[in-house]
Amino acid sequence: MLQASNIIKNFPGVHALRDVSIEVRPNEVVGLIGENGAGKSTLMRVLAGGYRPDGGSLTLDGEQLRMRNARDAARHGIGMVFQEQSLVLNLTVAENIYLGAEDRFTRFGLVNWRAMNTAARRQLAKIGIDIDVTARTSELTFAARQMVELAKALTLEEVVERQLLILLDEPTSVLNAADIEVLFARVRSLKSRASFVFVSHRLDEVLNISDRVYTMKDGAVVAEHRAAEVTAPELHEIMVGRGLQAEYYREARQLAPRDTVMVEAKGLGANGFYHGVDLSIRAGEIVGIAGVVGSGREEVTRTVGGFVQHDAGEMKIAGDAVRFGSPEPAVRKGIGYVPRERRLEGLVMFLSIAENISLADLSSVMRHGAIDYGKERRLAADWIKRLRIKAPGPDAACRKLSGGNQQKVVLARWMTAGSRILVLDHPTRGLDVGAKEEVYELVRDLSAQGVAILLISDTLEETIGLSHQVLVMRDGEITARFDASPGNKPNQVDLLRAMV
Amino acid sequence: MSLIPGRIATFFGGRRWRSLAPLAVLIVLCVLIAIANPNFIELRNLVRLANSAAVPLTLAMGLTFIILMGSIDLAVEGTLSVAAMVLVLLAANDGNGNDYGWWAVLAAVAAGTAMGFVSGLVQTMLRIPSFMGTLGMWFIGLGLSVYMLGGTAIKLNDASIRDLALHRFLGLPVAVWVAFGAFLFATVIQYHTKLGRHILAIGGDEDVAKLSGVNVVRVRITAFALAGFFFGIAGVLAAAQLGQSHAVIGDGRLFAAVTAVVVGGTALTGGEGGVVNTLIGVLIVTVLANGMILLGISPYIQQTVQGLMIIAAVALSLDRVRLRIVK
Repeated sequence: MLQASNIIKNFPGVHALRDVSIEVRPNEVVGLIGENGAGKSTLMRVLAGGYRPDGGSLTLDGEQLRMRNARDAARHGIGMVFQEQSLVLNLTVAENIYLGAEDRFTRFGLVNWRAMNTAARRQLAKIGIDIDVTARTSELTFAARQMVELAKALTLEEVVERQLLILLDEPTSVLNAADIEVLFARVRSLKSRASFVFVSHRLDEVLNISDRVYTMKDGAVVAEHRAAEVTAPELHEIMVGRGLQAEYYREARQLAPRDTVMVEAKGLGANGFYHGVDLSIRAGEIVGIAGVVGSGREEVTRTVGGFVQHDAGEMKIAGDAVRFGSPEPAVRKGIGYVPRERRLEGLVMFLSIAENISLADLSSVMRHGAIDYGKERRLAADWIKRLRIKAPGPDAACRKLSGGNQQKVVLARWMTAGSRILVLDHPTRGLDVGAKEEVYELVRDLSAQGVAILLISDTLEETIGLSHQVLVMRDGEITARFDASPGNKPNQVDLLRAMV
Repeated sequence: MSLIPGRIATFFGGRRWRSLAPLAVLIVLCVLIAIANPNFIELRNLVRLANSAAVPLTLAMGLTFIILMGSIDLAVEGTLSVAAMVLVLLAANDGNGNDYGWWAVLAAVAAGTAMGFVSGLVQTMLRIPSFMGTLGMWFIGLGLSVYMLGGTAIKLNDASIRDLALHRFLGLPVAVWVAFGAFLFATVIQYHTKLGRHILAIGGDEDVAKLSGVNVVRVRITAFALAGFFFGIAGVLAAAQLGQSHAVIGDGRLFAAVTAVVVGGTALTGGEGGVVNTLIGVLIVTVLANGMILLGISPYIQQTVQGLMIIAAVALSLDRVRLRIVK
């Protein structure tokens, strides 16, 4: 039905898709798995008309496809249910389902809302969902919104005279187990009318719902299986691939931590997120937390960074009990937070490298109460040299740097601010292999200088490779602790067992 | 097909108590002023009130669509003055020999629409934020009308156009009926057309609207042109009421229009509110102004009160939890 051949898509500094070929057959559910950054979402966007590929071709029933936007894709019967929900919250359910397709209900320029509501009700009935179509979308639960999205994608069959292709981009990430079952039941019953591409992090889900599974890694498809003929651990092995490469993570440079305890938590808890967390990070130590989405590890790191307030237990930073309500006191305590969304939270993209570096501690470049621009530029030039930041100079705008170099600027800022504790929240997300290695090198440098580091990462491999100690969390609790000194690294299977 | 009634019902049925707050404020205001000065509820005063609400209401209708979209149109005064200028110069006047009668009205409204259309193009094609684009259009319009009028006031001599303000139908000046017509027209657009819905969707979440196949550029340009259309009508009404056009015919109109929209409960972030809210907002602003005159409050204090009111309205209505960063 749909054939994607040799698709190539590049972004500045990143090869997101290199030579990807997949096919989707009629009445089939195709699973697509891979680590973050493997290229799944990019591929989905290409299929949905959101990105135009730089190379390769798409054919639908043998006919060449050229799509400029989501509208074109819809015309060909391709609909997408997004990971980030794509409903306008201030509109009603019916208005959302037919947003952009009101023409059918329009006569003499006036929209017949009653007809639209009836049609929306019929559409929801088809997938067996009972939701008030005149309710505001913002009042629905996440699960209900997901169903509305599915119904919206299915309206295409009212206008397109061919089998639909529905792309589900991590639809289960916000759903609980019961809702996932409901969604899967819908997908199965709709298979007679449509084909699906299903993206998820959860391998068992993918195997449960799919007929065939493609595994992606570093922007390429590395394996194709019939779902019945493969197991989740096998897929995981392929997905992660690389195996443990001591060299890659600079294990030889992993030094024994010092004695000073920089972060200490006892019985730490935050309502609804995690509880009973004991944690200790010494100077020069890297502690990694492994866990799936929803395990609470994100919230633990955000507590240390000052974004989430804990309401049970106690936390000590360099011996002083603290309870942060916002990042600002955390920064004053010498904690630097390196966020995963560099573009949103890490850097002020329009400012120069120099301005970004001095942002957290302007006093370091002040003289007589005024900013000394010369000093600021010299400081930045120094960091550019020390961290090997590839940039024209201290005045270059951060938005023009590649992801790896942006990450270095974030780290330089915290070093300038005198951070003795760093929280690394997915520090290599979106970086390509070379840039990752540079970040690892830098992390080792920092650790050697006695910086205490708390790490969460997209891959187990990275967590194990970098850390001195790995904690595993599940459902808001620490379920296992592993020593990860060089030569004594735990293996991924042990971690996985404690994770799920 | 259920037209306006259904929607008004949902509105007053109160999706949230907040949507009823402006109405409550209006009622309380009327009661208080009537107690302080019974002249307030005299028929003569109510007619005067309606008359002074006509131009702000028409302006605020146009502005509501822009604010619903999450944008702003600062060109209110510029567009109004251009429309008034075109009207006066083309109809019988004491500055030149033209006498095109009602064609002048048509041209004035067209000029307003064109100004809005250009604002829309500036925002979407040049990708300039509406704040800056329409700030520019404001002064372009103002400069243009001052230049064309030669810096003086020119009298409007066309009797049939003057009748918009002077002639009464069912006890109210025709201008009031025109403004009410503008309100009904705006209501139909907002609640019963694709355009109205797409404006609301863009204000709610532009990315999602785009992904759903809404032609965002076209909707934005149309909305600005529509706003210009309303400003054009307001320009005609203003010139008819004054019997002339001069450089500062638009003075203070922007503030009044923005206040009315915001006080009515339309969110500056877009996506919430609408023209029915704005009707109430206009009434609040007009009643308050009228009341303060009746109570003999100094005009300077009146301005201060209006300034306080706009801040209070935003403070009360804004869903500040949703607003992550305030700019």
